[in-house]
Amino acid sequence: MREALDQWDFVVAAYAVGLAGTLAMVAWSWLAMIRAERRREETRRP
Amino acid sequence: MHGFANPKRFLSLARWLTPLLMLGGLALAGVGLAWGLFLVPPDRLMGETVRILFLHVPTAWLGMGGWTAIAISSLVYLVWRHPLAALAARGAAVPGMVFTAICLATGSIWGRPTWGTWWVWDGRLTSMLVLLFLYFGYIALAQAAAREGVSARIPAIFGLVGAVNIPIINRSVVWWNSLHQPPSITTGGSAIDGVFLAPLLVCVLGFSLLFGGVVLARMRALLADLQAEARLRRRASEAAHA
Repeated sequence: MREALDQWDFVVAAYAVGLAGTLAMVAWSWLAMIRAERRREETRRP
Repeated sequence: MHGFANPKRFLSLARWLTPLLMLGGLALAGVGLAWGLFLVPPDRLMGETVRILFLHVPTAWLGMGGWTAIAISSLVYLVWRHPLAALAARGAAVPGMVFTAICLATGSIWGRPTWGTWWVWDGRLTSMLVLLFLYFGYIALAQAAAREGVSARIPAIFGLVGAVNIPIINRSVVWWNSLHQPPSITTGGSAIDGVFLAPLLVCVLGFSLLFGGVVLARMRALLADLQAEARLRRRASEAAHA
C-alpha cells in the first residue's frame, strides 16, 4: 500500500529553496556592490 | 532617457533607490509569502500545495522579465551604443537566472504531489529550462567579453536572439498539450479566486522590487569595477610616460 504524501513537506521544501536562493542572491549582490565601490574609492587615493 | 543614462546621474539615483527597493521588496515579499503560507485556505483541488503558487508565479514572471530586460537593454545598446545599457543587461542576467532556477525547482516540487511526477518534457517546462541555459550562455559570454576587452555587441546580439524564447514560453501551454495549466492571469482578467489573487499580487510586487534592487546593485558593482580599472590604467600610463 502506498503511503499518502504530506503536502506540507512539499510546501516547506519549495519555500526553503525559494527563500534561500533569493536571500543568497540579494546578500551576494549587495556585498559585491559594497566591495566594488570600496575598491573604486581606494583607487581615488593618490 | 539619455539624461538618465549619464553614469553620474544614474549613481545619484541608484544610491538611494537600491536599498529602498531591496528593503521594500524584502518587506512586501515577506508579507505576501506569510499571507500565502498562513492565512490563505487550502485549495479545493490542490490542497495545501497551492501555497507554492506565491513563490512559483512571481519567480516565473521575473525569470521571463529578466530576459525581456536583457533584450530591451541590448537593443538600446546596439542602437545608441550607451555603455550603461550594456551594464543594465548584465545586471539583469543573474537575478533573472536565479529566479528561473527557483521557478523550475519550485515547479518540480509542486509537480510531484499535483501531477505525480517531478518533471515532464512538455513545452512549458522544456522552454523554461532552455531559458535557464540561455542565461548560463549569456552570463558566460558577457563575462568573457568584459574580461577580454571585446565589445559588448556580441552578448547584446545573443540577448536579442534569445528573446525569441519568451513568447514560446508564454504560448507553450496554448500551442501544445501540457500537464501545466493554461494562463490564469491574462489581459482579459484572472481565473484565480480573490483569496489567492491578493497575496499573489503582493508577492509579485515584492519580488519585482527585489529584482529591481538587485539589478541596480549589480549595475553599481559593474560600473565601480569599470571606473576603478580605467583609473588604474590611466595611472599606469602616466607612470610609464613620466
